[in-house]
Amino acid sequence: MQYEEIIHRCFRCGYCKFTSDYTDFNCPTYRKFRFETYSPGGRMWLIRAWLNNEIENSERFQEIIFSCATCANCVEHCVFTFGEDLVNIFMAAREDLVNKGIIPPPVRDYLKNINISGNPYKEPAGERGKWADGTAVNPYEGQEYLFYVGDVGSYDERGKRIARAVSNLLTKAQVSFGILGEKEICDGNEVKTLGEAGLFQFLAEENISLFKELGVKKIITLDPHALNAFRKFYPPLGGTYEVFHYSQVLLPLIQSHALPLREYRARVTYHDPCYLGRHNGEYEAPRKILHAVPGLEFVEMDQHGENAFCCGGGGGNFFTDILGGGDDAPNRIRIRQAHETGASVVAVACPQCAKMLEDGLKAEELEQSLEVLDLAEIITKASA
Amino acid sequence: MKDIAQLLAEIVGQEYVSTAPEERYFYGRDPGLMEPHAPDYVVIPKSTDEVQKIFRLANREKIPVVPMGAGLSLTGLAIPLKGGIVVDMKRMSRILEVNEMGRYALVEGGTSQGALKAYLEKHHPRLRHSIPDAPPTATIAANVTIHGQGRLTQQYGFNSDLVSGMEVVTGAGEICRIGSCALSPDWFSKGAPFPDLSGLFLGWFGATGIITKLGVKLYPRKKLRDVEIFVTDRGDLVPEMVYEITHTEMAEDILAFTQPKPMMFKDNHHVSFYITGDTDEELEFKRKMIWHALDPYIKSKDGGFMGIPPMMKPVLLESPQRSASKLADVKRGGGFEYSGPIVMLEKYPECTQKLEELATRYDLAYSGMVRVIDGGHSVMFAFAFAFNRADDDMMDRTRKALEEVSAFVLEIGGLYWKPTVEEQRLAIQHMDPNTWKLMEMIKANLDPNRIMNPGNWEVY
Repeated sequence: MQYEEIIHRCFRCGYCKFTSDYTDFNCPTYRKFRFETYSPGGRMWLIRAWLNNEIENSERFQEIIFSCATCANCVEHCVFTFGEDLVNIFMAAREDLVNKGIIPPPVRDYLKNINISGNPYKEPAGERGKWADGTAVNPYEGQEYLFYVGDVGSYDERGKRIARAVSNLLTKAQVSFGILGEKEICDGNEVKTLGEAGLFQFLAEENISLFKELGVKKIITLDPHALNAFRKFYPPLGGTYEVFHYSQVLLPLIQSHALPLREYRARVTYHDPCYLGRHNGEYEAPRKILHAVPGLEFVEMDQHGENAFCCGGGGGNFFTDILGGGDDAPNRIRIRQAHETGASVVAVACPQCAKMLEDGLKAEELEQSLEVLDLAEIITKASA
Repeated sequence: MKDIAQLLAEIVGQEYVSTAPEERYFYGRDPGLMEPHAPDYVVIPKSTDEVQKIFRLANREKIPVVPMGAGLSLTGLAIPLKGGIVVDMKRMSRILEVNEMGRYALVEGGTSQGALKAYLEKHHPRLRHSIPDAPPTATIAANVTIHGQGRLTQQYGFNSDLVSGMEVVTGAGEICRIGSCALSPDWFSKGAPFPDLSGLFLGWFGATGIITKLGVKLYPRKKLRDVEIFVTDRGDLVPEMVYEITHTEMAEDILAFTQPKPMMFKDNHHVSFYITGDTDEELEFKRKMIWHALDPYIKSKDGGFMGIPPMMKPVLLESPQRSASKLADVKRGGGFEYSGPIVMLEKYPECTQKLEELATRYDLAYSGMVRVIDGGHSVMFAFAFAFNRADDDMMDRTRKALEEVSAFVLEIGGLYWKPTVEEQRLAIQHMDPNTWKLMEMIKANLDPNRIMNPGNWEVY
């Protein structure tokens, strides 16, 4: 297994489970399951035990390994130099399990669906661009930006609404962009994090080939997970682009008044998506957008920025739901944290987070007092 | 086995009971060098009521029970030597009360050091507790159970001295309150003016019962805090240097350390002291008092103040110090262990000599660290060795070095801190027989079925 030579270096001290000020445990799987085995230190020690044949590959071991949300809280807070590779180590362990063919059924199904249908929803490719019906969005034909929407924005009803909101704003601001529509291919971020390296490489090479053919140089992503794949996983395979999350494109448009904003009165808190924040270091653009909205009262959750608590959807859990269910499901904890601020709106910048938190909202029965809105939806309301 | 798991599930909920190999593997060992031993069950209760029910079941079925906080003792105190039930306390993590005027906090038995620190900083910024340099996941209750030390130990004593009340479940399964809380709604004293019963549980490593609620004393948090380091190459003078600093009564915390790396530290002894104040004047007054106390050593050219690089100061002022855990990666191997006997301050030179001798003989990376306790009535001297978990030979050499430390501690009249079972056995062999008889009487009464953390504090 890759990283095998450093797996024994974990002291299981537990810094990785916390926020930086130790307010609370911030590892979503540990918060849900509460056994040490579901913490980063637990995973490190169990992976080593598995490699040393001290434990077997069981259903529980798979749950422990595949429930990790790859949120990178552990990477942020581990005190050791190898800490930067913690998520990579867990992904490498998954890869080993995938290669051996013994993985949880939901993971198998997800990978199978991507392999067969090109998306996790088992929908035809022809449906991919339907979200844009009725909008002024054009196919990509050499415009400045490719707007890459991804699986969730293309097929999930909640994701589609966000994709339309973003594209409408880009159109309104006269940004030169186009979409791939039915030609779009899964970016593979979750395939990679779930350990299917071969399938990821195939998807990445397909995308790189398509982008090359179309002359793509700049990409706007709807989903921070796609941003992560394009920025981090594609360059070693020859795919190097200028990649932006849509918030990074909208911010200068708002600041330059290309997107003029009117008053929108609401008390709003912001949930940092792990793949935008901790994985890619973008904490400020979404906040600056919210601060720019007249009448909007911004309030932070205690656990924000590099200490943000994950919604539980990362690392493939959005699709596999291994981490879902129960009072301490991460999306429910996060909604409770948002509710404690007194906010009436939780702003998100990721279609996966939006869906996860809306599910959490329903489970907590807080729909009357709290609403989950994407940044683009808030701007749309403010520019109406 | 299955029936017991079902009964446990009825108490704490199915999702908080495990008999799985994964939990049995992990909870069967700690980050130190002790031999592993798997539990049969791991449970994570949420309330005192659940703990009591677990104990009643365990008594009925004669199953061992091992309480666990973060499992960070390094000396195997939460390893279930005879199997049974490991009770992971960390779901009982509420901070129930902070009495600002009475300066105490009431927390549940699984509350972490880090959580209380963060809570006080946010809600009671004028108060602090004696936080150890263990990782912040360490629980407050487990720390006092092992007579842990913290940042305020120099001023006020062991963290166990700073307890202001306890709720315990005894080995017999009785819920019992210790201290003022036994007859008052307030948690301000663990004993006085009545008989102090806290000793029935503190220092027992869970062998008499489990702490489910804990009152801990809080102390003023001053606005300013600083650290200075006095360096000498005369290890023999360190005790009197520390003595002079303690005589000023100006220091918050006093530590001494010696280690061979980096090169600038080699063959030197570093006495670091922390000072606090609400104003610059207060801080400077304390600083000058200590400078004055150490001035003779500067004049005799036996020592001087070390200029602390700006990068180093935040590291030294951090609580807990992350750098303490980093010792585990010195050998890029995820391990360190220390024997930290409680000894008289005057034993410092002998201890450092022994440490260097063992490190040389066993070819080990080492660090020696002293924490002054209660104004210098004693110190904890940590014989710390880093090891590589993937190097069996190095682990074996480290074990042998620590075994020699165990023998050495008795030679110099010290006491084992958080002793391994082997050190407990040595202590029992060497202590006044009537003291052991008294301990046996306590154990027999509080834990009649001998289910509590068996192997610890027993002759076998």
